[in-house]
Amino acid sequence: MSDLPVFPKLPAALRPRARAGLSFALPRLTIWHGFGLTALLLICASVAQAANPAPLQKSIFATLVQWTPLLLRGFLLNIEISFLSMAMGTILGIALGLGLVAQTKPLRQTSWALTQFFRNAPWLALLFFMIYLLPYHMRIGGLHISLPDWLKAVVGLGLPVMANVAEIVRGGVRSIHPGQWEASESLGFTRNQQLFSIILPQAFKRMLPPWMNLYAILTTNTTLASIVGVNDVVTRAGQVLAAAGNNPGLLAPVYAYVLLLFFIYTYPVAIATRRLERRTKVRI
Amino acid sequence: MADALLTIENLHKRFGDVEVIKGVSLQVPKGDVACIIGPSGSGKSTLIRCVNALVPFEQGSVKVLGIEVNDPKLDKLKLRRHVGMVFQQYNLFPHRTALQNVMMAPMQVLKRPRAEVEAEAHALLKKVRLENKAHAYPGELSGGQQQRVAIARSLAMRPDLMLFDEVTAALDPETVGEVLITIRQLAEEGMTCVLVTHEMNFAREVANEVYFTDRGVIVEHAPPAQFFGNPQDERTKTFLSQVL
Repeated sequence: MSDLPVFPKLPAALRPRARAGLSFALPRLTIWHGFGLTALLLICASVAQAANPAPLQKSIFATLVQWTPLLLRGFLLNIEISFLSMAMGTILGIALGLGLVAQTKPLRQTSWALTQFFRNAPWLALLFFMIYLLPYHMRIGGLHISLPDWLKAVVGLGLPVMANVAEIVRGGVRSIHPGQWEASESLGFTRNQQLFSIILPQAFKRMLPPWMNLYAILTTNTTLASIVGVNDVVTRAGQVLAAAGNNPGLLAPVYAYVLLLFFIYTYPVAIATRRLERRTKVRI
Repeated sequence: MADALLTIENLHKRFGDVEVIKGVSLQVPKGDVACIIGPSGSGKSTLIRCVNALVPFEQGSVKVLGIEVNDPKLDKLKLRRHVGMVFQQYNLFPHRTALQNVMMAPMQVLKRPRAEVEAEAHALLKKVRLENKAHAYPGELSGGQQQRVAIARSLAMRPDLMLFDEVTAALDPETVGEVLITIRQLAEEGMTCVLVTHEMNFAREVANEVYFTDRGVIVEHAPPAQFFGNPQDERTKTFLSQVL
């Protein structure tokens, strides 16, 4: 289940018409939720200013507009990291998840140990581990490959994603009625044929919502990369504050702005997840 | 009976400490219909699951067309090509249409060409009177229709023996008949069938031999006229007086 806040519905006349295709209603978000967040941002700003009466050279709004391109470039890096770690984690996680439901005991046990280790380790610890474990340069044959920090962050974040995807795959496979295994086995299907033609196609639909949920969690967690020196949106927010003269009045608005960016990006994912969840529940 | 298609000898099966089958023997000649009846928990379903190796057993012998099931080197695929099974809960593949459900095993397991399999699948759906539902998904079919697709799916493997595990127990009363008609039709065509069932009238009309099991043993078996007309054992009498 999703734990999203429930907002009151606008009267029908005020509601923007849903556009075909983009069914998770971005417009509704900008009008109503964006309004709420902007209000929150301004309240924060005014509280901060009241607490600290030093005059600002520019209005808060103008400062934010001025630094938006820089912040957005940082945010784009967060998105890139989230895409790449999700891709890495999904590919490895599916393999690991199939290991969790394998019939050979050693394979199953190894997969279980790996899954438990990476699922229960703090993400930040894994991130530090990767940053210091992986070299700056690698030489494969005559080829020099440099490993920038953001790439190491991809690996560090991809590992817990892998373990969580493995659990999602295991849960999806286990959720299929045992009668499906029995029926296909009695028809002479091999274990792999059962898994790939009968079980996984059914489990896929049930795996999608938790997988998307994991992506939303991962996206917010990409900000951990700032701690290990990646030039992401949080690092850039710090740079913006420094450039604006470290005015404490700007602290809350800038970080609220970062929060808003993440919210705008992950909330549609959360809504789509919730819709999918509802749909799979009705259909199965 | 040397020419029996299915021979079970002194079969024992235990789940942990509980012995659910305590030495069962029976023989089903080719073309015969055997009905197994008995109270719940008497090991009926486990018994027929031992026949196609869905459930492993510790002791005894099960032979289908001479293939010994209790053999560590058993070629399960070879066994299952000869034995079809239909389940209480139909267990159709919900992500595939009725036609695809029937076609999957012959294509993937037997690697037969699509065109040939498709023509045969249509013929099988016609046989169970569902040719107009070929492209429906299981979720769009009634219980009785799903069960008939499940029968067609098993027949597509061209089995020599069909196992039916309480196939009408989950159905609405009004759809039980259509499934029983299909099974009777099969029996009349000479298919060897073993049915675990609670349909006493069906057993009386279609079976060649009726077996009554209780607490893991066969208490009594006889042709239906004798079994229902003149039961010998006290347990059989009590059971029949309760269900008839």
